[in-house]
Amino acid sequence: MKATVRLQREPFDAAMVAADLTHGRSDVGALVTFTGVCRGDEDGAPIVALTLEHYPGMAESEIERHVAEAIERWPLLGVTVIHRYGRILPGENIVLVATASSHREAAFSAAEFLMDYLKTRAPFWKRVEKAGGKSWIEARTIDDAAAERWSAPPRGREAAE
Amino acid sequence: MTVKLRYFAWVRERIGKPEETIEIPPDIATVSQLMAWLASRGEEYAYAFKDAKVIRAAIDQRHVRADAAIEGAGEIAFFPPMTGG
Repeated sequence: MKATVRLQREPFDAAMVAADLTHGRSDVGALVTFTGVCRGDEDGAPIVALTLEHYPGMAESEIERHVAEAIERWPLLGVTVIHRYGRILPGENIVLVATASSHREAAFSAAEFLMDYLKTRAPFWKRVEKAGGKSWIEARTIDDAAAERWSAPPRGREAAE
Repeated sequence: MTVKLRYFAWVRERIGKPEETIEIPPDIATVSQLMAWLASRGEEYAYAFKDAKVIRAAIDQRHVRADAAIEGAGEIAFFPPMTGG
């Protein structure tokens, strides 16, 4: 089981990172990759850039804890999470979650679980730069609701007990 | 009790510094009491902690609720709801 968590300022190549999870092995039957990309507009107005502030140390440990939880909940063969910080331009990658498993259900679910938690629990804050100035992006309650659904025990397991 | 405080995003901007080490009076027991005490330290703190309900906290880099005890904490951080991902 290969788990990698990386926080970095530099852009990354999502395809190369994902390919690493299947390289030289034949037991992976499903590889899910999610890439979050910096949009060129916010609330209908064009943006110049996003700047991501993070809490060094805590950001790594929060992501690592959730990766460990994903590994416990789903039969994964590999997980990679990369999150950038600093100034990011429209069209550039912000975050990558890649999960490998024998079958697709575990890979899809684990990737969604990790993204939902990154959005609401990983200590990162986005500031948007527009022509008129800079402002902090507000947290969305829809993201909290998405993360909340994972705190209930999986139905199948509950029924089996 | 001497504690290192760290501030992020708009909490940091309103207070005007990313971190400081301060002496906390012994009658301050919880995170929410600490926020109320900090808010009384000056205009910039009052502004930062005006909406204390929305501010999140971490003790020694783990998320905690407002009613968490601060005893034994080495580092306490205050920040807005997170917007990563």
